[in-house]
Amino acid sequence: MKLLKSILAAVVVSASFSSLANAELRLGLDSANYEPFYSRSANGEWAGWEIEIGDALCAAMQEDCVWVPIAWDGIIPALTAKKIDLIFGSMSITDERKKTINFSNKYYNTPAALIAPKGMSISSIDDLKGKKVGVQVSSTHSNYAEKYLSDGTDIKIYQDFNEHNQDLFAGRVDAVVADSLALAPFLESAEGACCEIKMELNDEEVFGIGVGAGIRKEDTDLLDRVNAAIVKIREDGTYDEIAKKYFNFDIYGG
Amino acid sequence: MVWDWLPVYLPRFVEGLWITIKLFSLSIFFGFALAIPIGLVQVAGPKWLGYIAHGFCTLFRGTPLLIQLWLLYYGLGSVFPYYPGLRESFIWPILVEAFPYAIVAFSLSVAAYEGHVMKGAFQSVPKGELEAGRAFGMSGFTLLWRVWLPRALQNVLPTLAGEAVLTLKSVPLASTITIFGVYGVGSIVRQDTYRTYEPLLFVGFIYICITGLIVVLFRWLENRVPSESQM
Repeated sequence: MKLLKSILAAVVVSASFSSLANAELRLGLDSANYEPFYSRSANGEWAGWEIEIGDALCAAMQEDCVWVPIAWDGIIPALTAKKIDLIFGSMSITDERKKTINFSNKYYNTPAALIAPKGMSISSIDDLKGKKVGVQVSSTHSNYAEKYLSDGTDIKIYQDFNEHNQDLFAGRVDAVVADSLALAPFLESAEGACCEIKMELNDEEVFGIGVGAGIRKEDTDLLDRVNAAIVKIREDGTYDEIAKKYFNFDIYGG
Repeated sequence: MVWDWLPVYLPRFVEGLWITIKLFSLSIFFGFALAIPIGLVQVAGPKWLGYIAHGFCTLFRGTPLLIQLWLLYYGLGSVFPYYPGLRESFIWPILVEAFPYAIVAFSLSVAAYEGHVMKGAFQSVPKGELEAGRAFGMSGFTLLWRVWLPRALQNVLPTLAGEAVLTLKSVPLASTITIFGVYGVGSIVRQDTYRTYEPLLFVGFIYICITGLIVVLFRWLENRVPSESQM
């Protein structure tokens, strides 16, 4: 999978080099599906809430945008190496990441959640001692696990969000820490019916203040324009219109 | 180049190195143990067994190891929930671990590649030598153990060394089923520090060192068996 992803990324990156001349903005996202934010349909088109928001921002900035799927673990290096211009793939704003790149203001914020089989009683993270917990590599959720669960809990690291869900269903992990919203489609699926949200996890230090667009440090002009575009679509109702199609609560967060 | 992360992650790399070496050597061991009969039955076994062995080699050499690994790990995993008794059974603690799946997948792959090599190796031993052995009154097993296998191995040791190195370099695939060897630790460093080149170079360096060890080991083996000119 890893190999496939990197080959795919390489192909896409080389393809996008040729389009450099058109001065399109290249928005990078994870090459794996991350519903309901983004997923690839059968005909290869990207669709989802975040895609619509990204396109709306591009329209507000009067830019032509292309979506460039990149393996998640290489997405920040891809940005700094100018293979993409923006990371627009549900990346949480964290201090650690800010050392390398800039972030726009947040465009949404959802809490992290711990899910586990319905029969299991978990009321606090102390109940996870001696259990196996799945997280995605290089995510704020794996940082959370590292910070709070490293003592006495077996943390299993997965390359892909869907894989730890699969192993939760298979029973190879006892619980999963991930974004509450991203987990929703899984919990509604036949396989996810095994499990439920046990608690929401909060720690601003780990999870940050929300999700923003990742931008190269030197592109301050682009940063200002993206921030202005976020304000614009928030004010003219475009944001709410798109959000209403997907969520029955305020995805922008408090 | 920034290397300040290295001391921080060194203990994890040592852990990863151990996992990489364990996975590699166990796969080679089990794989080769399977490869000998797989090669032999294609040359000397009953026809139907030879066909099965040949089919096995074709199937496992013809499909990507990554797919075999995933079919075994995630494929089997998706079936587990339909056997509720399984979770209480004695084998469940093994089924939830990823390592046994990797050992099985890698061993089968090694068995297929090296089984094919061993088939050629057994064929390459001159008939006259086997007939000479029989003329001495050697039984089938003694003949195999004293003449056929040693002579076959002698011919293909360099090829087996190459196969072993290729197997070593497939080990990073195991990181897709949560087995974080040297490569996996390297990717954690990449994600934590956002440095690309240094961790990858470091992982590459470790792999070159292990490859060097394998080459030296096989050269030592080759020197221990007398070559054609010395006989």
